[in-house]
Amino acid sequence: MIRAALARIARRDRAADRVVPTSGPTAWLTSFTAGAMTFLAVFALALSLASGRLADRWSEALARTATIRISAPTDQIAPQTQAVLDLLATTPGIASARAMTDDEQRALLEPWFGPDLPLDALPIPRLIEITEADPGFDAEGLRQRLSAEAPGAVLDDHTRWRQPLVVAAGRLRLLAGVSIVLILGTMAAMITLAANASLAANAQVIRVLRLVGARDSYIARAFVRRFTLRALAGAAVGALAGMIGIAFLPAADAAGGFLTGLGFQGAGWLLPLALPLLAATIAFVATRIAAFRKLKELT
Amino acid sequence: MISFDNAAYSYGGAELLTEITLRLVPGSFHFLTGPSGAGKSTFLKLCYAELLPTAGRVTLFDREVRSLGRDDVARMRRRIGVVHQDCQFIDHLPLAANVTLPLTVSGRDGDPQDLSDLLGWVGLGALADALPPQLSGGERQRAAVARAVIMGPDVVLADEPTGNLDWEMSLRLLTLLVELNKMGKTILVATHDLNLIRTAKAQVAARVLRIKNRRIQLAGADL
Ligand SMILES: Nc1ncnc2c1ncn2[C@@H]1O[C@H](COP(=O)(O)OP(=O)(O)OP(=O)(O)O)[C@@H](O)[C@H]1O
Ligand SMILES: [Mg+2]
Repeated sequence: MIRAALARIARRDRAADRVVPTSGPTAWLTSFTAGAMTFLAVFALALSLASGRLADRWSEALARTATIRISAPTDQIAPQTQAVLDLLATTPGIASARAMTDDEQRALLEPWFGPDLPLDALPIPRLIEITEADPGFDAEGLRQRLSAEAPGAVLDDHTRWRQPLVVAAGRLRLLAGVSIVLILGTMAAMITLAANASLAANAQVIRVLRLVGARDSYIARAFVRRFTLRALAGAAVGALAGMIGIAFLPAADAAGGFLTGLGFQGAGWLLPLALPLLAATIAFVATRIAAFRKLKELT
Repeated sequence: MISFDNAAYSYGGAELLTEITLRLVPGSFHFLTGPSGAGKSTFLKLCYAELLPTAGRVTLFDREVRSLGRDDVARMRRRIGVVHQDCQFIDHLPLAANVTLPLTVSGRDGDPQDLSDLLGWVGLGALADALPPQLSGGERQRAAVARAVIMGPDVVLADEPTGNLDWEMSLRLLTLLVELNKMGKTILVATHDLNLIRTAKAQVAARVLRIKNRRIQLAGADL
């Protein structure tokens, strides 16, 4: 329905257009508001997407891993590893546990010690990789049982510190969403004000049109069309500026933290392009409501 | 065409017009006279539904005005050409665009020849591109008459159309209205100009309505 309506007003309707004066302070107010608000909305959108990605990534990592490190005299390592694996098999909240092979451990250490590490000759601790089930295990209980069964075993649930970060990222995403709603709401309010000012400034025009037999829809169209196009143009510029700003942020690399991750990825770049259409729709609806309300005051 | 049935109107205080019962039958020609402030303009506004009666009934084209929706009113106004006492133009549009406004808003293309003929008749041929604020009072009135008749309306309501005009131009406008009347259009002219009324009576079967004591009466032959 809204698409058909937009198509209708996008059609050239010069006669209806000319009856409302083109100039006036509301002209640039609408374009500027739509532009500025869309610019802000682009960033809020990017923030929302980025924090969403972050929350997903972190919670995924969180679900995945904990490690148990067994440091013991070389002859103790194998029995203690077996003891820990047996213990883990009976611990609730653990999906699977697996001792890392020598090759895997060598691969882990290679960045620091080079490829020729004589692993057998060194008292390297053995690592056991745990995949947590949902709900997870009781870390404190596991620690106590470990110290009883395998004194050399240390539970490292290092990813758990990320839990609050995941919550924070989720909250950030929510806030970004709320910001977008507020920005669009502000845009609607500003355009309504501008439309009302324009309707008031053109009271005589409206009166004359009504007297010579113009229908409400005809009069409203002249205003709605103009405000919709202004909002569309302003928002297009705002969206473009916002997207350029985001495109020129330093590129995200492997070490990229949160800030460099702020951006759009792949099809995500299409989302800010929808903002001008949204702005035009908002202007269309807001002006239409304002115009019909104003017209009701006239016989 | 337009009929009043015991209608009254008040702007909030006492009734300005009361017990109005009359019919403007199709093809009739009426003048409306009465002292300034008697309610002539008010009566005309009741005739094109800018005002609704505060009591009684007003019927336009067989429909009670209060039963009309907003689009119905718009459609009805396209059949009624009105010369407003204060003209009512759109100031940023040139005169020609103002005159053709009734066609524009109803989505019709006027014949440019008709427009220039009409403007020529009311002596505004050279002012087609002028803006309304640049026009004299008389020029505005002539333009208002041109706008009222451009649609070929069934009814023409004219509120003091000759108030600012010299006698010669008044006669030209009268001729326009008389010709329309001969084509079967219904005409109502509010005026103070007794000479105009007398001249018209020599050309058509015009009747004179007079507002007296808040009522509208048919004036006798004495005027
Ligand atoms: N909008 C209004 N609100 C209140 N009173 C009004 C309004 N319009 C007109 N009046 C009053 O109603 C009375 C009749 O006004 P109207 O314009 O109908 O008179 P008129 O007969 O056309 O006078 P004139 O010959 O001077 O044009 C006047 O006393 C006027 O002050
Ligand atoms: Mg008057």
